[in-house]
Amino acid sequence: MQGLPLVSILIWLPILTGILVLALGERGIALGRWVSLVASVLTLLFCVPLLKAFDVSTAAFQFVERVPWIAAFHADYYIGLDGISLPLIVLTAFMTIPVVIAGWRVIHTRPAQYYAAFLIMEGLMIGVFASLDSLLFYFFWEAMLIPMFLIIGIWGGPRRVYATIKFFLYTFLGSVFMLVALIYLYVKAGNYEIASFQALPLTLEEQRWIFLAFLLAFAVKVPMWPVHTWLPDAHVEAPTGGSVILAAIMLKMGGYGLLRFSLPITPDASRELYLLIVALSLIAVVYIGFVAMVQSDMKKLIAYSSISHMGFVTLGAFVVYAIVMNTGGVQGAAMGMEGAMTQMLSHGLVSGALFLCVGVLYDRVHSREISAYGGVVNTMPKFATLMVIFALANAGLPITSGFVGEFMVILASFRASFWFALFAAVTLILGAAYTLWLVKRVVFGPVANRNVERLEDLDGREFLILGVLAAAVFLFGIWPHPIVNLMGATMQHLVSQAVATKVPL
Amino acid sequence: MLEPTSWAGLAPAVAEIYLAIAACVILMVDVFAGRRWPRLTPSLTLLALALGVALLVLFGQVSGRVVLFDGLYVEDPLGYVLKLAGFLFLAFALLYSRAYMQLRSIQRGEYDVLALTALLGIFVLVSANSLLTVYIGVELLALSVYAIIAFDRDNAVAAEAAMKYFVLSAIASGALLYGMSLIYGLTGTLRLDELVARLSDPLTPGVILGLAFVVVAVCFKFGAVPFHMWLPDVYQGAPTSMTLFLSSVPQIAYFSLALRLLTYGLDGAVREWTVMLTPIAVLTLIVGNVVAIVQSNLKRMLAYSTIGNVGFILLGFVTGTRAGYSAALYYTLVYVVMVLGSFGVILLASRKGFEAEELDDYRGLYARDPLLALAMMALMFSTAGVPPFVGFWAKLRIIQELWATSHLALVIIAASVSVIGAFYYLRVVKLLYFDAPPAELPTAAQPSAVRLALAVNALAVIVLGVLPGPLLDLCARLLR
Repeated sequence: MQGLPLVSILIWLPILTGILVLALGERGIALGRWVSLVASVLTLLFCVPLLKAFDVSTAAFQFVERVPWIAAFHADYYIGLDGISLPLIVLTAFMTIPVVIAGWRVIHTRPAQYYAAFLIMEGLMIGVFASLDSLLFYFFWEAMLIPMFLIIGIWGGPRRVYATIKFFLYTFLGSVFMLVALIYLYVKAGNYEIASFQALPLTLEEQRWIFLAFLLAFAVKVPMWPVHTWLPDAHVEAPTGGSVILAAIMLKMGGYGLLRFSLPITPDASRELYLLIVALSLIAVVYIGFVAMVQSDMKKLIAYSSISHMGFVTLGAFVVYAIVMNTGGVQGAAMGMEGAMTQMLSHGLVSGALFLCVGVLYDRVHSREISAYGGVVNTMPKFATLMVIFALANAGLPITSGFVGEFMVILASFRASFWFALFAAVTLILGAAYTLWLVKRVVFGPVANRNVERLEDLDGREFLILGVLAAAVFLFGIWPHPIVNLMGATMQHLVSQAVATKVPL
Repeated sequence: MLEPTSWAGLAPAVAEIYLAIAACVILMVDVFAGRRWPRLTPSLTLLALALGVALLVLFGQVSGRVVLFDGLYVEDPLGYVLKLAGFLFLAFALLYSRAYMQLRSIQRGEYDVLALTALLGIFVLVSANSLLTVYIGVELLALSVYAIIAFDRDNAVAAEAAMKYFVLSAIASGALLYGMSLIYGLTGTLRLDELVARLSDPLTPGVILGLAFVVVAVCFKFGAVPFHMWLPDVYQGAPTSMTLFLSSVPQIAYFSLALRLLTYGLDGAVREWTVMLTPIAVLTLIVGNVVAIVQSNLKRMLAYSTIGNVGFILLGFVTGTRAGYSAALYYTLVYVVMVLGSFGVILLASRKGFEAEELDDYRGLYARDPLLALAMMALMFSTAGVPPFVGFWAKLRIIQELWATSHLALVIIAASVSVIGAFYYLRVVKLLYFDAPPAELPTAAQPSAVRLALAVNALAVIVLGVLPGPLLDLCARLLR
């Protein structure tokens, strides 16, 4: 495996396979399905040598590949991994497989295009995480919108056109201003390399504007309150696979952007404006938690719960400044960021799994309304078991992955301020409330109607994907050490970048 | 000054000389053989374009600036590249429109001849080194275009469009001529390279007045707001094949007009004309993109999209730097590639008795014609400026140069209108892919060569988008 351009393979293998599937066409879909599955599994397998060879003791980028790309801008095809990007890439490769399998018998309209869109998107998303050149990053970041736009628009629900255009324009608006900021940095630095942006001295005034431009792009993606309104619409209308990728991976890009761009490039502005982020995060955690409670649509409920959970990510990333201000040291600051990362990974698994569960029900009954169900456990015991596991993980129960990240962030918040921690901890109650209430209404109780009575339990295909996800949720919850260890050095480095000052004297 | 002492000395002007001869020959061939072999002239024209490329590559290359004909004419690497592009773009335009015109029985040899003379006008403009040459180029192009718009003489809408264009264009020509005469009278030279030296701050009010008229004429040709009124009507009224021609190849000429006149000849007045162009560019961006949203006719929507894109090209000039002009050059070339493809799709989607120019005609195109839908989607995303398509780099270049010259407000306006613009391009994609196809499907196979051309065109949009380096470098080099 040595010498292979592994990261490039991770990016281009799915993209090229996607084009191949598209070329095979709808008539070649029987083959196309298997090609897609093999490619997505291969992509995950190619992550194994990366994980093995990854050196956890350094924050430097590893597996770096660099080829000149656009000489006129001094922009390179420059990719590599560190402790932030590697776990997210593995998550991307991992979550694409259930999406491919989940669509196996469910997607009847234009399946070749469906698989092609997801594979191409997988490659683009890995590209986003692996890019070390901001122009390349933006290239993948924007290109990714196209397959998602098509996925929601073609295979979505009744209001799909509204939802997908809203999704596209919202994110496009955010990213355009990030581009403007990147170009400003380019004009100052002379190239588009992220590292040179991080090293570039900037006055506080400049940083403030750049920070806000970045924030617009990343806050829309996360999404943070109050720019979250596209997400429930997009989730509700998207097909199951689209929801899974949206929740599991796409939202993480906002968090990734904050860690990769905002904190290291504009540390002084981040310090100045951290309270804004913390406030927005807590509003998301608490207020959106309440909003989730009153939803009558399962997908919408999970979508709001995603927003609420992502609030932890932004809180964990920015609480470092409060810790420094409060204790005068950076001790424990890394824990907030590690918590943010862990929360992203866990949320990727759990929310993806929950959307798959809703998909399972929707495929059978064709309704997402909570009131259309009740007593599912009687007819689908296997499904009910798995769904309860994911629900508990979503509520942050110890020994599931959901607990680890939330606990780390709350712990870090305690160092910063009692009040931050108190509000953040409210989620443990709210999360349990809306998730368990959802489970109670859908899964438990007497059989509600004829539809539920006729439900068939999971078939082998569905059981396989949900079972593997459940195993991952437990593994991650019981033994999070390897993953936290993976990002340790990078996070320490990030903290030192985030608390350093870049204002020229 | 360099005087041609032998035939070899004329080599830099080979493209124009050849094109003039070719137009005459093809006209004669068409007069005598056009009736009997109606397919002869179009094929011969394509052949002539290919030969033109060959001649240009073999003899027309210059390493630096070469001035000919007593200073009337200049050839430089920029002109060389623009002429090559002109040949290429025209070939695509003619190829796309062939079947369309045959089906509507407006396929006559004169169209090819007019297209060639228009191209000659464009070349003259590209290589103009004197106010006179500029004017001759502008008029040669304009006269050919009047006739091209009115080509389908039984079509009342087209005739009206031609009339509108003729009247307004005549006024613009008058403005151009008036501005030129003022500048000539006050500086005493027609030559652009001498003009540069004679214009220096502070400019006299007379020169500024002349400059204002020149700027108005340039903006009229581009279709910049508030001189854009003719553009949507002409785009919509003319037969689609003519709109395709009109919207694509002459963009090179309009770019050259602005470049040669404003940045070479009137470089001394750069402060003045950037001040004049700035509000025009902003208005153009906003009006073009906002009004395009409410259009229900695709041709008219693309007309407003052209106006919006012209705004970006003008922004490149507003920077007042060589790098900015090279961004405008890149934008122009990229835009022509995209607009050729877009109108090409309209032509290929149309059938006999079915113009495919309303947006609703594109509902569910993916089911009728996957290739066409895929090409259109790529073109729309590209025009919206979404990577991995080439339109993204064009917009990026412009915003980069605006930042480099610290035009903060313009950067924000340019970024905002791109988002507004994205909406109506997305709407086309929505029609193509998300809507169910109508019950009755007009289908007719198009010649595969044309479909191949369209595929190449769409592929160019992707390839240039993924690997934008070479073209970006070329544009930067040409305007160093």
